[in-house]
Amino acid sequence: MSPVLAITAGALFAAGTYLIMQRLLTRIVIGLGLIGHGANLLLLGSGGPPGAAPFTDQAGQAMSDPLPQALVLTAIVITFGTTAFLMALAYRSHALTLSDAVEDDQEDRRISEANRRSAA
Amino acid sequence: MTAVVGLLLVIPLGAVALTLLLPKLVWRRSVSLIASTATLIASVAVLFGVDGDGPIIVNVGGWEAPLGIALVADRFAALMLSVSAAALLGVLIFAVGQRDNDRAFPSFHAVYQTLAAGVVLAFLTGDLFTLFVAFEIMLTASYVLITHRAGPEQIRATMTYVVVGLVASGLFLVGIGLIYAATGTVNLADLSVRLAEVDPALRTAIGWLFFMVFGIKAAIFPLFFWLPDSYPTAVAPVTAIFAGLLTKVGVYAIIRTQTLLFPADKPSTPILLIAGLTMVIGVLGAIAQGDIKRILSFHIISQIGYMIMGLGFFTVAGIAAAIVFIVHQVVVKTVMFLVGGLVENSSGTGRLKEVAGVLHKFPVIAVLFLPAALSLAGLPPFSGFVGKLALVQAGFESGRWLVVAVSLFASVLTLFSMTKIWSGAFWGTPTDNLVRAPAATMVMATGGLVALSLVIGLAGQPLLEIATRAAGDLLSQESYRAAVLVSGS
Repeated sequence: MSPVLAITAGALFAAGTYLIMQRLLTRIVIGLGLIGHGANLLLLGSGGPPGAAPFTDQAGQAMSDPLPQALVLTAIVITFGTTAFLMALAYRSHALTLSDAVEDDQEDRRISEANRRSAA
Repeated sequence: MTAVVGLLLVIPLGAVALTLLLPKLVWRRSVSLIASTATLIASVAVLFGVDGDGPIIVNVGGWEAPLGIALVADRFAALMLSVSAAALLGVLIFAVGQRDNDRAFPSFHAVYQTLAAGVVLAFLTGDLFTLFVAFEIMLTASYVLITHRAGPEQIRATMTYVVVGLVASGLFLVGIGLIYAATGTVNLADLSVRLAEVDPALRTAIGWLFFMVFGIKAAIFPLFFWLPDSYPTAVAPVTAIFAGLLTKVGVYAIIRTQTLLFPADKPSTPILLIAGLTMVIGVLGAIAQGDIKRILSFHIISQIGYMIMGLGFFTVAGIAAAIVFIVHQVVVKTVMFLVGGLVENSSGTGRLKEVAGVLHKFPVIAVLFLPAALSLAGLPPFSGFVGKLALVQAGFESGRWLVVAVSLFASVLTLFSMTKIWSGAFWGTPTDNLVRAPAATMVMATGGLVALSLVIGLAGQPLLEIATRAAGDLLSQESYRAAVLVSGS
């Protein structure tokens, strides 16, 4: 795997992880997209040095491994589908609550409730 | 027999296509019910065939392993397939009986059969990337099922579920990329040969990455927070099938990859530690809840700990016990959530403060709940007892007293939280909100699965024997490797 590819994948993971930690759904969606790209890049890099054609009819010519490319293609399609679903879900959430923020879950709310009561 | 293994995938996928095309609800229901019944029959046939004659391999598209995609039905896969098909059929009948599921949601059957196809593919697949695809098929169907007709609360909970699922999928892809870079293959049988030649440190790291990825799907400690938040928000049959199947597919993937790719010859202390913590934290979470579905959701986590504990011993007895326990859990967990659904269906709520006296008003629900609850707690002669006894014996054989003691402690707490549901919802004077009598179809579907769990309890010995053979195959790896690679060369 070339250093450029490795660093790019690492940067995508870092940015994606940061965005997932945010409260706003749109950022989470973008973050997941970035992580998906990072994973795809890593998968592509696992096939050895890039640049050569995956298929050739000339013996002795340099070939790159076609399998990771096929895997990445499948993974891209799946990531695309799930991202589209997530966007629809974010839109639905916005339509229902008029906000884009992910709220606390039930346990968190119970704990903060208990804290408030004990403080009062 | 190879044709039957192929059929296992063709049936649910064919049903997806047909139910999308058919305009009338009655037709869609018939196709879906016939497909699930056929899947069950085919899985049981495969189970008997595999137990007699060894693993069945299907090379998809005629490309031979390790180049092509192989479907592998061995004893473990066939056992899981059979019990999952039974749960899928039971829940489908329940969903049809509840009426409003597929009436208000025209593509319900198509999505449900997609879920079934994903589960079947996850059990059968012989390579890692197809396992990823199977997980995606299954999870995408589950995203659709859980968000249907969702209000603000469900959307919020589902959001967590979907995002956690997608992060796990991303990590799964990373794992596949790393393992391909290290070995140059994604075929499981081929990997089991080639990973042995990889640097042990790298192998351990990849092993734990996969343990974590599947651990998120299986909801082990400390990766379970999404589960009790999201599962209870869906409608009863959907929660039931999620609870019964989805996490167990994760456990299946953990057991498959850990035994085949990252084998150990002695008990693994980190895995046993995780198992113990999963059991205790799960059951403590359950005790703190006041809603039937939420109590049961925390119990899913607790019970996953027992399965991981069986794996952690890395002995034939331990893994056999884990397999028996999974088979029992798939059925019993499904039943528990269906019963929770029946209570909710009658009263409109699952909160223990708002419903009481179900025993007096609708005794049939109580009759269905009791054997399942006692089975979950592991009392003889119910199915949970067989699994727990086998686990305890395996633990003593391996000399791991501490984790056995922890598991027994968690069992007592399980019984305690079951009595909490029993005394809260079933005893007492009936509340006014108990108005809707459960439909006969729903009771029959639940009753059928209760009967299956009783049969598992009574037929514990034969089940344990076949599980022992399956565990022997898993640990020796030879039969799997030989079957896949010989048929491919």
